[in-house]
Amino acid sequence: MELLSNLGLGFQSALTVQNLLYCLGGVFLGTLIGVLPGLGPIATIAMLLPMTFTLPPESSLIMLAGIYYGAQYGGSTTAILVNLPGEASSVVTALDGHQMARKGRAGVALATAAIGSFAAGTVATVLIAVAAPPLAELALKFGPAEYASLMLLGLVASIVLAHGSLLKAFGMILLGLLLGTLGTDVNSGEQRFTFGEARLADGIGFVVLAMGMFGLGEIIRNLEHESTREAMIKHVSGLWPSKADFKRMLWPILRGTGLGSLLGILPGNGAVLASFSAYSLEKKLSKHPEEFGQGAIEGVAGPESANNAGAQTSFIPMLTLGIPSSPVMALMIGAMIIQGISPGPAVMTEQPQLFWGLIASMWVGNFFLIILNLPLIGLWVKMISVPYHLLFPVILVFCAIGVFSVNNAEYDVWLMAGFGVAGYVFSKLECEPAPMLMAFILGPLMEEYLRRALLLSRGDPLVFLQRPGSLVMLLMAAAAMAVVLLPAIRKKREEAFQEEE
Amino acid sequence: MASTIRNTKDFFSGLLFTAIGSAALVLARDYEMGTLLRMGPGYYPSVLAGGLLLVGLICLVRSFRTDGTPIGRLAWKPMLLVVLPIACFGILIRDAGLVPAIVLLVMVSAYASERFSFKATVPLALGMCVFSWLIFIKGLGLPMQLLGPWFGF
Repeated sequence: MELLSNLGLGFQSALTVQNLLYCLGGVFLGTLIGVLPGLGPIATIAMLLPMTFTLPPESSLIMLAGIYYGAQYGGSTTAILVNLPGEASSVVTALDGHQMARKGRAGVALATAAIGSFAAGTVATVLIAVAAPPLAELALKFGPAEYASLMLLGLVASIVLAHGSLLKAFGMILLGLLLGTLGTDVNSGEQRFTFGEARLADGIGFVVLAMGMFGLGEIIRNLEHESTREAMIKHVSGLWPSKADFKRMLWPILRGTGLGSLLGILPGNGAVLASFSAYSLEKKLSKHPEEFGQGAIEGVAGPESANNAGAQTSFIPMLTLGIPSSPVMALMIGAMIIQGISPGPAVMTEQPQLFWGLIASMWVGNFFLIILNLPLIGLWVKMISVPYHLLFPVILVFCAIGVFSVNNAEYDVWLMAGFGVAGYVFSKLECEPAPMLMAFILGPLMEEYLRRALLLSRGDPLVFLQRPGSLVMLLMAAAAMAVVLLPAIRKKREEAFQEEE
Repeated sequence: MASTIRNTKDFFSGLLFTAIGSAALVLARDYEMGTLLRMGPGYYPSVLAGGLLLVGLICLVRSFRTDGTPIGRLAWKPMLLVVLPIACFGILIRDAGLVPAIVLLVMVSAYASERFSFKATVPLALGMCVFSWLIFIKGLGLPMQLLGPWFGF
């Protein structure tokens, strides 16, 4: 039983007092910041990233993962209580969760989300432990051609899953790839697009870009629509679901977990897709579809489990291939690089303690979530009710100190300010920044692999079609592209995104 | 009329993509292209910039042919009041120190809100100074000074 011994090793390292504390701290801080309206997991992680710089690699990743779950759960709490989803994947939770809250069942809705997340997290942890080793082994056989094609697939997927105009999402991808080339070219040492500025020689830091586009851009947007905040539910009581509630949530949780685990592995932010599809699945299967949108418990249980399962299985491509499947994973990769670990299939064999420790800590983190969140609900409600005009200056201070402390560079702070403006302008133009961040992270890697693959094939571009692994991924990318371009499905996709508005 | 802009969001997105694409294309001419076998530093960026230019042009054409919702006004006040104090933070943090940088950032940015109140913001700024000192300097040991060289430290 290699699986058991691996997990055993993982729990050994995750259950040390130190790592338990960091996991708990991460979950707590993540929820604390994540419940703040208008702060999604990306902004939360970017803000809290500096806290982990000084930790040993293992603890820092464990803490970051904890922050991620916490932020996600916090986002759901806000979605249920205030109807202000902090990120795309809790949009669906808000639909029925907030209706439940209005009917005085806020406590049950929160408990359902927590129980669903925990169940999903448990299944997903086991799934990662089972799926990661064979995938990593497969990944070791990948050559540069496969990697380049895989990244292309990831980018195509993030276009497909982006909101709104496909054309603009494509433009944002190209822009992100182009931004990624800024700095010193690895092969020739040539400075590209730096305008002779020595401080740009290493390229733009991804934390700078993420915090500017997501953190500052978001704040400016929130300030623009300041007066339109909805009334919130301040009183939460009756946490524990009744027996009938449990019965109703059981199958949605299981179905959501299955769906989420599968979709989460897909490149291109599968967790968002997972919660949407779980919602429509439950609506289709339900005997009372008319209850959906009016506070159906299935409409909370299904998507929340799917979302959490997806969030967790999205670690699989990151850990085994070193490729981010979502902007959050891109941040995690950035954090690994800062810690001196190069993400990829080798991590598992070279640092099994870290790898399995992180996986075991996912389960521990989910456990903390459930025991922490329900008793502390009063605190979260207090956090949500902090007025925004007192909150955002605090967030700005965190962003500024955070970005400055990455490299101790004031130049980064200025760049972040610039990207803040860019983020706001892009949101005005309905150009989504998430695909751009993905492209920015993948860009330099993709160029590297592309050039290497062509060098190995003596300049023959057919190499991407001749290698079976690469061919499969290119075909998948082509299929995904064809599918969204087909008129019928295009209309469906527009409808799906309509539902959320 | 076919010549009027019907989708301003598409129009300006297209304009932006076109402008960035062509600028990058011009800049990338200075970098060696190389061949498909040995790509020079200019190859990949040129292809990307060309693609961006193309997407921009399509976007522009589309803005004349399909309808969209108007962009609405840019919120200049929050934008400037958020971005400028952040930029000042970058100037102040090293030479003036953490305290002046935070006070300026909090006081100026808070003014961006319609609900700004001076009485509430002063304790907030001071509280943030104490908090940041505890967390970042004492707790995490980040190399920052409360008051910098400008104040003779």
